Amino acid sequence: MDFLEILRIALQQAFGPTAIVFVLAAIGLNVHFGYTGLLNFGQSGFMAVGAYGLAVAVVVADLPFWVGIFFAFLAPLVLAIVLGLPTLRLRADYLAIATIAAAEILRLIFGSVELKDTFGGSNGLTGYSSTYKDMNPYSEGIDWGFIRYSRDDLWNITVGWTLVAISCLIVWALMRSPWGRVLRSIREDEDAVRSLGKNVFAYKMQALILGGMFGGLAGLYFALKQSSVVPTDYNTTLTFYAYTALLIGGAARVLGPVVGAVIFWFLLSGLGVFFSQATSGPDPLIPSWLMDQTQSSLVRFIITGLALMLLMIFRPQGIFGDRREIAIDGR
Amino acid sequence: MAAELTAAQAALADVATDPGAKKPDPIIVGSQITRTFGGLKAVDVEHIEIQRGVITALIGPNGAGKTTLFNLLTGFDEPDTGEWSFNGNSLQRVSAFRVARLGMVRTFQLTKVLAKLTVIENMRLGATGQKGESFWLAPFKWLWSGQEREITARADELLARFKLDAKREDFAGSLSGGQRKLLEMARALMVDPELIMLDEPMAGVNPALKQSLLGHVQSLRDEGRTVLFVEHDMDMVRHISDWVIVMAQGQIVAEGTPQSVMADQRVIDAYLGAHHDTDLSQIDEQALEAEIEAELKEEQA
Repeated sequence: MDFLEILRIALQQAFGPTAIVFVLAAIGLNVHFGYTGLLNFGQSGFMAVGAYGLAVAVVVADLPFWVGIFFAFLAPLVLAIVLGLPTLRLRADYLAIATIAAAEILRLIFGSVELKDTFGGSNGLTGYSSTYKDMNPYSEGIDWGFIRYSRDDLWNITVGWTLVAISCLIVWALMRSPWGRVLRSIREDEDAVRSLGKNVFAYKMQALILGGMFGGLAGLYFALKQSSVVPTDYNTTLTFYAYTALLIGGAARVLGPVVGAVIFWFLLSGLGVFFSQATSGPDPLIPSWLMDQTQSSLVRFIITGLALMLLMIFRPQGIFGDRREIAIDGR
Repeated sequence: MAAELTAAQAALADVATDPGAKKPDPIIVGSQITRTFGGLKAVDVEHIEIQRGVITALIGPNGAGKTTLFNLLTGFDEPDTGEWSFNGNSLQRVSAFRVARLGMVRTFQLTKVLAKLTVIENMRLGATGQKGESFWLAPFKWLWSGQEREITARADELLARFKLDAKREDFAGSLSGGQRKLLEMARALMVDPELIMLDEPMAGVNPALKQSLLGHVQSLRDEGRTVLFVEHDMDMVRHISDWVIVMAQGQIVAEGTPQSVMADQRVIDAYLGAHHDTDLSQIDEQALEAEIEAELKEEQA
């Protein structure tokens, strides 16, 4: 049982590429849910079209890498418009249903046998990221004892945190403006905003597109950091992980999703290592009649869920939230 | 201003008092407006005209279709048939936000304050034509900060007028019911509307606040705005309205000055009740006294 090693791995994960994927996805959800009150349960769909936008353009259509990046931004924009046009005039729950269904449909289409030539079926697509990898300026990874990242990881986290910083800057600049004020007002009461002469539909559409494009960026980054796009990576769980991260950090706060995703991933990976260590070896810390090694990888989800429940009970507004906002009634 | 006001009121003096009467200078003209919910005809207005620059009250029993008519006129609901115009612009199938931009702003019966925004942010939202509300200009603060300052100054002025300046930085959700009514009215004024439509401004407001609300509504008219309001509080209707329209079962059943409408037997039967002029507590006392006297006589007999 090496607690320092557990802490080391957990911290490395918490700031590593996978955590960054959640940060970016949660920033998108923050625009949707935190600021505008749009219930997007299909963030994984936006991520998938971002990733596939790049992969299909480069691998299948044989276009240059930067054209692929363009498609990675175009695809979530189109998806947002297609989903928003019929649902944003309706009650909030219709968007939720439409987005979760669209995400599942997209995942099944991307994995389907019939469209194997375009989307690569369940094996997905590879071989689009060489340009990205060639841009890596680092000659080797770092090993400072406590912090260890490989050469690839170092490049990934440099790009990743830069993207996060830019995204946060965009969200911050937009949300402090009157535009952001309209979004927050729509979250509180659409009709009131309408009665003051604002085109609510247009604002909701803008918010859906913006947040969807952050989702697409998360997918794009996901595709770049692991060099393959596989349909099963973009399942509904991904969306709800991003929501969890957002709620831990605090919705409608610029840094909420960043801190939330880091904490979420720290907990999940730290607990994973802890339980795997605690149940392995000849004389495990947790006796095998209580928990064996196959069970240990699942117990972390139970503990994470418990931690979330405690958070919701004792700090329902999240880390960065304002307690006063929870205390006042919505009517 | 005062002369103009009396002129507007004087103009109404010649108006016939039958339902759907023609007004000399109408700001809203509507006809054949119907809206059904299932089998129920909620609104069935043959003709309606609202005079510019005066306070018009819309009264009637619960379920008479007053709020539905409000919703239809402001684009929050779509009618089955009918057409109406505001300042000569036809408003058929015009969406609610466009109606508001034309200068016809409403408040709601159940107040809609933006609970998790501060009072001053609620007010700022009301201002129209904000550059910073465009997605492409929003990130660049220097483009809209000047306008934001002007808006804030105007908002502070209105807050002071409505005695909400002490609540400036509080969340709107922490206000009392009456303060929410005030905030909603002040916020609507940020739009600088020509016509302001108040849906039950007095509901749930305490007597002291009621007095100041009455003053506010009258000052709106004195500024040259047109006011249309729905109200059950007959005191308010009697004291500040220049014209009263009575609705029942979706139709306009009577119109006229407050005095003439309240004397109208049909209105009394349908809505006001025979004792609308007397204080309810007095009636009770008189009844009680009569009862006691009767009992005393019985005993003596």
